[in-house]
Amino acid sequence: MALALPDLAPDYTLRTVALGAMLLGLSSGVVGTYAVLRRESLLGDAMSHAALPGIALAFLLTHSKESALLLAGAVAAGWLGALLVSAITRTTRVKLDTALGLILSVFFGFGLVLLTFIQKQPDASQAGLDRFLFGQAASLLRRDVMVMGAGTVAVLLAVLLLWKEFKLLVFDPDFARVLGLRVRLLEVILTSMIVLAIVVGLQTVGVVLMSAMVVAPAAAARQWTDRLGLMVLLSALFGVVAGMSGALISSLTPRLPTGPTIVLAVSGLVLVSLLFAPNRGLVWNWARERGRRGQVRAEGMLRQLAALAEHHGSLEHGHPSAVLRASGWSPEQVEHVLHDLESAGYVRQVGADRWAITAAGMARVRPAAEAENAGDAPARPAASGTEVTGEGQP
Amino acid sequence: MTAPQIEIQLIAAIVAAACALPGAFLVLRRMALISDAISHAMLLGIVVGFFLTEDLNSPLLILGATLTGLLTALLVELLHRTGLVREDAAIGLVFPALFSIGVILISRYAGSVHLDTDVVLLGELAFAPFDRVVVAGWDIGPKGLYAGGVILLINAALIALFYKELKLATFDPGLAAALGFSPAAIHYGLMGVTSLTAVGAFDSVGAILTVALFIAPAAAAYLLTDDLARMLFLSVGLGVAAALSGYWLAFLLDASIAGSMATMAGVIFGLAWCFAPERGLVAAARRRARQRWEFAQRMLAIHLLNHERQPGAEPELQVEHLWQELRWDREFATRVVSLAEGRGLITRQNGRLELTDRGRLLAEESLLA
Repeated sequence: MALALPDLAPDYTLRTVALGAMLLGLSSGVVGTYAVLRRESLLGDAMSHAALPGIALAFLLTHSKESALLLAGAVAAGWLGALLVSAITRTTRVKLDTALGLILSVFFGFGLVLLTFIQKQPDASQAGLDRFLFGQAASLLRRDVMVMGAGTVAVLLAVLLLWKEFKLLVFDPDFARVLGLRVRLLEVILTSMIVLAIVVGLQTVGVVLMSAMVVAPAAAARQWTDRLGLMVLLSALFGVVAGMSGALISSLTPRLPTGPTIVLAVSGLVLVSLLFAPNRGLVWNWARERGRRGQVRAEGMLRQLAALAEHHGSLEHGHPSAVLRASGWSPEQVEHVLHDLESAGYVRQVGADRWAITAAGMARVRPAAEAENAGDAPARPAASGTEVTGEGQP
Repeated sequence: MTAPQIEIQLIAAIVAAACALPGAFLVLRRMALISDAISHAMLLGIVVGFFLTEDLNSPLLILGATLTGLLTALLVELLHRTGLVREDAAIGLVFPALFSIGVILISRYAGSVHLDTDVVLLGELAFAPFDRVVVAGWDIGPKGLYAGGVILLINAALIALFYKELKLATFDPGLAAALGFSPAAIHYGLMGVTSLTAVGAFDSVGAILTVALFIAPAAAAYLLTDDLARMLFLSVGLGVAAALSGYWLAFLLDASIAGSMATMAGVIFGLAWCFAPERGLVAAARRRARQRWEFAQRMLAIHLLNHERQPGAEPELQVEHLWQELRWDREFATRVVSLAEGRGLITRQNGRLELTDRGRLLAEESLLA
């Protein structure tokens, strides 16, 4: 990836933008996997909105435009937001959704108060804090990218070092507790990683939409695999692809805000994954459902013919297709099923619109008829379930 | 106060009250984040509607944007129903996409229309008094006042009309469904009201901060009462308080009115969190402290009861002995003894403790329980 960059982005700004977007996609893709699997998708939303007053306060206190400083403010505020969410849900009967919405909107509102307050200050120009709202990849400097790189490295290191622990935390926290792992500490580390990943992306995507970068790549990756390792890799890949394409398109097009463009790119990836991912994808499911329905119909038709043949005591007696119509079947469907069965050799035509079961057909129906009482519950596709719990464990 | 100032406060208060009513049900039904999704996503409806009608208060725009809100709720549910993603992720996938399209449309066509990202985030409450309704040459007040008023009336009327149904469906959805109230009708009814309210509030406080007006007053009220009707009135009252105090905070700081309203809504929740009479942090801490002393006194009474029956247990009844026997430190033991003495549970004679009849009763009761 790094080798291809110079060709892809010859000029300095574009290279910085592409690099920044890559780091953004990498860190939020990796962290998002854990957030999505732990059903904490929207914690990122609350934390990214909560980062805004941190940025504004950092600027008010230091009057510095240094992004490392502003982002430190963002980390502190995002952390405080997460802390408050957990404190509210622990000490009151207010539920998680309300606590998240509350922290998100109140922190963001306070951030906007500070931003408008800063705007009115005579000595300090706005300091380009606006760029943190919807993101502005073009404003990235080399220094910013270094800060983002440090954040990404921290996130990746934590994932590598605590791989097994996090895996257990995601899929079976109770077992982790029994094993003596410090679950609370691990949760705190995971929360810190989400905060870090959000902060890495803030300048590019903005506080309003950053949560999408945590949720979307992971949700897309989840459709393609049941294994945690692969999901993390895919999620990072989706994040990088969406981040880079969105950031480059928006930098090359006037008046196209970066954050929304990246979000649309990643949403496209999600849509494709939801529709076409093998096993889980909607199209795949639909085709399977259709195939199964046809199979059930053929089975029913064959049994019907077998019953008729037994009634008449002969395999030679043909029956018109109109007789074979079960309730709810159209004549076309009957024809279709009969022809399918004929080409499979289970049914033959013994005259114009006269159908009879063959010996092979009888042989096929017999064991099926015996098995009928043993348990005929329709098999449901296990793969379309929502539960990931337990999957991907060794 | 000047006339525009009064008008701004009136509009802010009415909008906050209109939001607080459905907000109470959103909080109780654990759907707070769907309101977040709706108020973000309807930006798209508002932008498209605005391109078509060029009027933020046009009924067509309000209808279109309300439908966008409903569509968002529907999309979240459909996505969730596929079984491919969980509900929280479904919310997190739907609204950023719709909101992004809205923001891109605004940025691309900013300048040609009078709608920019600041309006999206902050609304334009400060300019609300300039947009007047003029009937037959008579100026009868700002448009925002009427729009907010109508929405408030609709919300209040719907809640009054369907109060029993909403209450039942919120607290016992199973029974409500068994009695024939369609859960879907109630769900989408509430989503529709939320969308309509968010459209109305959008103009004043912007897309994101409507969430604060929906959730914060209702969450604070939730900590203050167990009664639904009281919670609704409290939500409205706290919402109005947040709006008015927010206005003056903005006036002092010369900052965003909408942001200040959201901030004050958060402050009000914080106050409720700390000082709510029964559920607040302070009340909980005091209850814990009281229980600690109460428990210690019962322990003392039980200890004395156990030993007064034994012959030769004289040393056990000495105050000095307590801190060894019950593992209390001396200060704590002294305090407990004087508390118990004050309540008439024990008497003290030259350092020797003796249970009164009342104390004996308490000890026996405690042992039985």
